[in-house]
Amino acid sequence: MQSDKEVKLTCRNVWKVYGENPSQFFSDSQGSVENPVAHAQRIRDSGHIVACGDVSFEVAVGEIFVIMGLSGSGKSTIVRCLSRLVEPTAGEVLLDGENLLKKSEKELIEIRRHKMGMVFQSFGLLPHLNVIDNIAFPLKLQGLTLEQRRERAQRVIDLVGLNGRENSYPRQLSGGQQQRVGIARSLAVEPDLWFLDEPFSALDPLIRREMQNEFLNIQNQLQKSIVFITHDFLEALRIADRMMIMKDGEIVQVGTPAELIVNPANDYVAEFTNDVPITRVLTAGAVVSSEQAVCDDSDLPSIGSDACIEDLLPILSQARAVIVKDAQDKTLGVATAANVISALARETNRNG
Amino acid sequence: MVNNPGKFWVWLILIALLLSTQLIGSYSPWLLNYPTEWVIPLTGVLNAMMNWLVETTGWLFRGLSDILSIPVSVVQQVLQWVPWPVIVVLGAVASWAASGWKLALFSTLALLYMVFVGYWPESMNSLSLVLISVPLAIATGFGFGVWGFRSKRAESMIMPALDMLQTIPAFAYLLPILLLFGFGPVVGLIASLLFAFPPMVRNTILGLKSVQAEIIESGLMSGATPRQLFWQVRIPTAARQLLLGVNQTTMAAVSMVIIASIIGGTADIGWEVLSRIRKAQFGESILAGIVIALLAMVIDRITYGFAGQESKEQPSGTGPLHRHRYLLIAIVSSITAFILSSFIPALREWPEAWVIYPADGMNRWLENFILNWSQAIGTVKTVAFFYIMLPVKVGLVDTISPYSWGFEFTPALKLIYGLAVLVAAGLAWFKQRKSLSLVILFFAIMIYFGLTKLSWLMLIAMTSFMAFQLGGRTLAIGTLLSLLFLLLTGIWPQAMLSVYLCGIAVVISFLVGGFIGVLGSEIEAVSRIIRPINDTLQTMPLFVILIPFVMIFKIGEFSALLAIVAYAIVPAIRYTEHGLRNLPADVLEASTSMGCTRWQLLTQVKLPLALPVIMLGLNQTIMYAIAMLVIAALVGTNGLGQQVYIGLGDGDFGIGIVAGIGMAIIAMVADRFTQGWSASRQRAFSGND
Repeated sequence: MQSDKEVKLTCRNVWKVYGENPSQFFSDSQGSVENPVAHAQRIRDSGHIVACGDVSFEVAVGEIFVIMGLSGSGKSTIVRCLSRLVEPTAGEVLLDGENLLKKSEKELIEIRRHKMGMVFQSFGLLPHLNVIDNIAFPLKLQGLTLEQRRERAQRVIDLVGLNGRENSYPRQLSGGQQQRVGIARSLAVEPDLWFLDEPFSALDPLIRREMQNEFLNIQNQLQKSIVFITHDFLEALRIADRMMIMKDGEIVQVGTPAELIVNPANDYVAEFTNDVPITRVLTAGAVVSSEQAVCDDSDLPSIGSDACIEDLLPILSQARAVIVKDAQDKTLGVATAANVISALARETNRNG
Repeated sequence: MVNNPGKFWVWLILIALLLSTQLIGSYSPWLLNYPTEWVIPLTGVLNAMMNWLVETTGWLFRGLSDILSIPVSVVQQVLQWVPWPVIVVLGAVASWAASGWKLALFSTLALLYMVFVGYWPESMNSLSLVLISVPLAIATGFGFGVWGFRSKRAESMIMPALDMLQTIPAFAYLLPILLLFGFGPVVGLIASLLFAFPPMVRNTILGLKSVQAEIIESGLMSGATPRQLFWQVRIPTAARQLLLGVNQTTMAAVSMVIIASIIGGTADIGWEVLSRIRKAQFGESILAGIVIALLAMVIDRITYGFAGQESKEQPSGTGPLHRHRYLLIAIVSSITAFILSSFIPALREWPEAWVIYPADGMNRWLENFILNWSQAIGTVKTVAFFYIMLPVKVGLVDTISPYSWGFEFTPALKLIYGLAVLVAAGLAWFKQRKSLSLVILFFAIMIYFGLTKLSWLMLIAMTSFMAFQLGGRTLAIGTLLSLLFLLLTGIWPQAMLSVYLCGIAVVISFLVGGFIGVLGSEIEAVSRIIRPINDTLQTMPLFVILIPFVMIFKIGEFSALLAIVAYAIVPAIRYTEHGLRNLPADVLEASTSMGCTRWQLLTQVKLPLALPVIMLGLNQTIMYAIAMLVIAALVGTNGLGQQVYIGLGDGDFGIGIVAGIGMAIIAMVADRFTQGWSASRQRAFSGND
């Protein structure tokens, strides 16, 4: 996926080490070492803490890249390294090909003002400002006039559906609404790059699901390049184009959700994927039968090849087959109930 | 701590040593009384240093004093010139904006009282000092607070300095200020500045530190420059804590302005109260005292109201007229009041003929009251004196006589006393209540010989060992050095007198206050009654609390004791009630479902669980008692408070400051002890989670 699209953000050999003298472990600021695992172990043995060790990945334009890990896995640290809220000990962070870590304080502020937006787990709203002023706060910092601020803030307020609450204060809003404010604020400057640090973890499950849907809606309209942090594997599956699993500050596996489930790199990843219903992961593309690809019955409903079986089942209960098309709207073939059943049986056997 | 059986034996040995020292003491008195020849003449050295400082840098401070006296006199003249209705109106509007019409009504009535009683000019003189010292104190406190927040090293220097400034009694540093700056209202200003800025520092540091990390990060990600981050993110987010600091600073400034009037030369309301008390004019002092209390309460409620205010949702479409409505009302109404007062003379200056001053009637009433109740008053005083205060002070040995208790303390009786104590202690010991047994033994010895006559050597040894148990080696060494200061500077006897008076006051306050607190937590009606009383006692400048007790029981230790109790009982009540009311609900539900009766629930579940909080209350009770001790010295007590006062009266810097530091030492040792104990209990509770 990343090969055919332009790269927005590159994270290359990023390390974050806490302790007495973290810089002693790196001869230059590059962060590339011969044997990262052994190097990390050496750092730990000296009484330092490796929050992120040799983390590298790329985010393409318009891609949702999810970083998943349990608490203490370094996922929050790495996203803060990307925006330099936390200064990495070594490594490179390239935004549009330019190394962020080489930027001066002033340049960094400019980049944050125009190119980055971030959403926080506990919202990070300013308690003394009402909704519209909270949202317009980044614009105010840039020195825009009240008129411009209000106009641009109103646009994102419409986007996140907060109309009518403009004059409320954060403590008067529910958690879900507060996070809408957080989302609107991060979008007010129209950034290219959007960081979301466990944005829905503080919300209860029903609201969380609703917010995930809205998030996907917004992303459909805006096509931002996104780094999304979560500890919820199912959430990652729902929204990720690609995802990365972290443990103890190091990358365990990077890939599309389906790749992770079908080919978990180790037991740790498999542990997560075990609980995932297979119908959620298998795509229509994987159950299409090619011998019937020539079949051209216009009465049949059609579906995209990346839709999951879960979405396919209700359609199949109404029709005898479904036409599967790829992203370019080219027909790949049809999927029948029998195809689905045999694919499920195959997967179940494999896992069992 | 509990698991270590060895400590009981150490304590037993210490107590045995104490007893034998007391008995040997009559043959070698140096064991009991620290010989005066061993005292280091620190006061002389300090005086010499102070004299040198005054001589070399006096011009600087006096120049500063001259500069500062300009704004003081300007504000004073302005406040005297402005017709009183203008200030009443402004006070009312400020109260309204801060909290609503109820406070506005209260402030109006309070200010009108000052007018009608005829204390308006004095009140305005006090207010003008407050108006100048408060902004200075806030600015200073904010500056130090930001510095302490920015630099760890600065914080570690600032914090202990604040501790010192707040625990050394204010009287003690009135004198150096007086010596450096010379006479006049500026002394009050400087003193109140020094006394009032520490709370602002603490609140600034606390407020800035407790801004959530994510709010800071969101500010950074919004592209805030360091300056924007500070002024537009940190400060507004910490605003409530900062305003709380403003409130506390203002209250401290008010109380210090009043206390500073003791040096005289200012025609303010504090001086009025003090001189009336000295002349034993009950009615006059109460009328003036009420002015102080009202002034303090109005200022407190207004600043507190602003601190607690939450930004309200503005109805959309409100213009600048609505947003600034209070300002507009204030301007319009004060101009109206001003114009009116230029036509009506009574509004410019309240005619003396109209002053309502019922002092004479009050005095007559008091005289009648004392006459009618003289027997009861006398009895209360005698009982407290002979059966509580004297035994603790000089011991049963010297108290019991045919004149006081009605019989002789014969050797047979002494033997019975000793046996009774041994039986009680022995019983406790064998019932595995070893701590209780030790406590019985110690207090039995103390009451027999008297606290002020206990051996300094053994007291220091026991206190240091206690410190070691509560806080380890650091606390033990600190305690030892502190006590040695008291000893070497020769103020040990006075310190013991202070400990004696404070100790009794604390015990009474804690027991009575704790009892009231328990009642308050169990019975809503009690809580509703005591809450406003507590609020009032706490905002009342310390002076004023003295008045009623002095008037009824006359000058002396007993009045002082009652005044200390009246002030120190407040935290005991508050913390007990708070601790009992804020317990984990699931524990209470579990206990109730096990079939606890209400009494069992209170004694076996609630009280043990609330103990750490109650101990914090004890800590505060001790601090309050020590603070009041100095004020109480005004009405005749011995001890460090009196020494501070003597130092101030005679212009003897050394005596005053040594005694002041002595009080701070007692306060700090008591503070660390109770906090150490409370912390160890808290650890015990949360340890097994």
